[in-house]
Amino acid sequence: MLEEIRTTPAEGSAPSQPLLEVRNITKRFPGVLALNDVSLSFLPGEVHALVGENGAGKSTLMKIMAGAYIPDSGEILLQGERVSFNHPREAQQKGVSIIYQEFNLLPERTVAQNIFLAREPGKFGTLNVAELNNSAVSVLKEVEADQLISPTAMCHSLSVAEQQIVEIAKAISFDSKVLIMDEPTASLTSTEVKILTDLIRKLKARGMAVVFISHRLIEVFDIAEKISVLKDGQLVGTVMTRDTTPQEVVHMMVGRDLDHYFPPLGRTEDFGDVVLQVKNGSNEFLKNINLELRKGEVLCVAGLQGSGRTELAQALFGVIPFKSGTLEVNGKIRNIKSPPDAIRLKMGFVTEDRKTEGLLPMQPIRDNILLTVRTLQPLLGSIFKDGIRNSRKLVPTLAEQVDLRADTFDREAQFLSGGNQQKVVLSKWLSSKANIFIFDEPTRGIDVEAKAGIHDMIRALTKEGIAVLMISSELPEILGMGDRILVMRDGQIAGELPAKSTEQDIMLMATGHSSSQDAKNNESVGKE
Amino acid sequence: MTTLPASESSFKRISRSLNIPPVFYFLIFVFLFSGILDHYFADGQMFSNPLIMLNIIVRSVALGIVAVGQTLVLIGASIDLSVAYTISITAVMSSYIMQGNTNNVPFAIAGVFVIGIAIGLTNGLIITKLHVNPFIATLGTSLLIKGIINATFSNYTGSVPQGFEYFGYGMIGPVPVSIIILFLVVIIGWYMLARTKFGAHLYGVGGNSEVARLSGVRTDRVLIGAHILCSVTAVLSGMFLVSLMRSGAPWVGPNGFYDLNSIAVAVIGGTALSGGKGGVWGTLAGVLIFGVLSTAFNQLGVNPYLKIVFQGVIIVLAVASYTIRSKKEAA
Repeated sequence: MLEEIRTTPAEGSAPSQPLLEVRNITKRFPGVLALNDVSLSFLPGEVHALVGENGAGKSTLMKIMAGAYIPDSGEILLQGERVSFNHPREAQQKGVSIIYQEFNLLPERTVAQNIFLAREPGKFGTLNVAELNNSAVSVLKEVEADQLISPTAMCHSLSVAEQQIVEIAKAISFDSKVLIMDEPTASLTSTEVKILTDLIRKLKARGMAVVFISHRLIEVFDIAEKISVLKDGQLVGTVMTRDTTPQEVVHMMVGRDLDHYFPPLGRTEDFGDVVLQVKNGSNEFLKNINLELRKGEVLCVAGLQGSGRTELAQALFGVIPFKSGTLEVNGKIRNIKSPPDAIRLKMGFVTEDRKTEGLLPMQPIRDNILLTVRTLQPLLGSIFKDGIRNSRKLVPTLAEQVDLRADTFDREAQFLSGGNQQKVVLSKWLSSKANIFIFDEPTRGIDVEAKAGIHDMIRALTKEGIAVLMISSELPEILGMGDRILVMRDGQIAGELPAKSTEQDIMLMATGHSSSQDAKNNESVGKE
Repeated sequence: MTTLPASESSFKRISRSLNIPPVFYFLIFVFLFSGILDHYFADGQMFSNPLIMLNIIVRSVALGIVAVGQTLVLIGASIDLSVAYTISITAVMSSYIMQGNTNNVPFAIAGVFVIGIAIGLTNGLIITKLHVNPFIATLGTSLLIKGIINATFSNYTGSVPQGFEYFGYGMIGPVPVSIIILFLVVIIGWYMLARTKFGAHLYGVGGNSEVARLSGVRTDRVLIGAHILCSVTAVLSGMFLVSLMRSGAPWVGPNGFYDLNSIAVAVIGGTALSGGKGGVWGTLAGVLIFGVLSTAFNQLGVNPYLKIVFQGVIIVLAVASYTIRSKKEAA
């Protein structure tokens, strides 16, 4: 109904002036143009979804609107007036609130204390506890959660959905006109999603503008009137939900030319025996994982954030082991309960977060490279007995193998570039003679040239008979590297795709819009 | 007329609003256990003689007062290692200024409070403005104070007039003045934390200083305030000790291990070293547990070093039980 009013302004009802508008926003980070001349407007009583692949610029845009980043150029208009937010607090006071993906609640404080932090009622610095709790109840009433959530409940005792409601209540208590939500449904169960979407509809009905950032197209199509697609920092376009289909949106999200050279894919005759096999593997994050990994192939794992990609790697490597199912390495059933178990079975894990999980940044390159070798040696004597030999022979050999350029191996790892750090991590695993490599986002935060180097290196590993399982959120990388592609969704393997699939195939499978579901959605959207 | 269930529920309400932590049950357990041992292996005075109970609390006064201040800074995710030498400098300076003359008492009290506030302010400024880790910052000021007093005083200096001893030895009816002061400090601490905006903001700063900052809390001011209050409690402890000892010596603070013990009892009481969690009632319970242990060991005539072993075990057990509990809550 709202849309009718908007599309036929002749009706006479006040032509909706945008509550919030961004014009020609450009933001550059070192080495990346995060946003390039993006203009968008957000109308009252409308849910406007922002979608795009990882790194498309959604988060940057959101943070600019909320005052957490200051744009390099462009302007922000709030109800037609030009504003500039120097601090999230300024945006909040002017009615723009944001709910981040990671919560901003104090777990050890009550709901009321969290909602009114820094705005507590009371005279002369005292705290009026009764009034605090009463005000919290009335705010919770506004989001119709006063029966569900007690103002004196500790936040850590609430479910994720309830915490989200508290965050929304906090935003409302600022009298927000614009509410920006970053992936609000990412960690919710389907019933909780329902509660949240109901709440969003109510906010919409009061004339708030809701900016809804999500990967999950099902929810986007369920709740948003408008969808704006960002890609590589640019606005691809804005469409009305009822005039489009998930396929079209996915196409807008991914349609691009491959701008990067990848080494040729492996040939079927090069693939050897199955070296790693999982049957019905499950744990608290994963359900019924079945997969095989062959010698000499690159098996890519795609999926949205939170789909269980990283958890799969962690399960294989024993960080968060499988609780049921069987895991075979080289045809023998093995029980991998911890990373040392996996290392003994000649597995290597190049983690997603290099800085915290892959490297000892304050240690020299040499010690980083030798870390795994040393863990395999007896506790005492290892450094003295083999230390000199290792550092004289092994380190330079490995460095050459991965083409690591450094003036001295005594340089602390933190001073290397992203690409070189990744090479150090890689040689760490090569030193343990691993023959099953798990890569989690191997090229994240690495410049294009170094990326190509890493891709070449991964392919070179397979030529030596090493099996590679590679997780990536960059679809071109998945398609450019994968001899086979597994797509994950909700902790399960949604399906397998052959090499030379398209980005669209992967996205549809990852968002749960493949095959049968398409038809349904198309109908509901009323097109095609 | 209030019916019994109503009064019971109001009792429950009060106990909840005071936020009495489970460590009190542990305190009761330690007391009963020590009392039973005392009953069978010693003269059984712990249960029969109320003076012993009072004595337990009197022994806890000096540590208790400063531990309340320490609890505040710990809740703010900071720490204060300078309290021991703040106690020393207070003890020395107040007896030095007083020189046994009652007329000098107001100057001495004003003087040591100024010194205490200056120490707290320095700690707070170093931590918030120079961004020095609180452990190192307060270790630094602690050494600074130590150097100054050791260079200036080498032994008992001056003395307090008899009137001032009222603080340490006076009685109001059957209750020692020192106990009343301890409970006043605890109640003020509780009020600060639970009933003032400062307290609410301090929990925010300690829980997640970025969240607090984005919500509009002036995080630096809050933390500096907590440090000043902490140093002021150290000054109070120092004045109490000097009134007991009648003359100040530079070693009173460090010899009583007030720095590490104040942290230990706060942690036993449920205050998290990582900040954002805890309260002064728990700290009081922690202090009394230490007090009961000392008394029990005295009564039983056991080697006093064994007491220290026990204190160590209790610290570890307490913290482990909190970690296990919070893991259960998370699951």
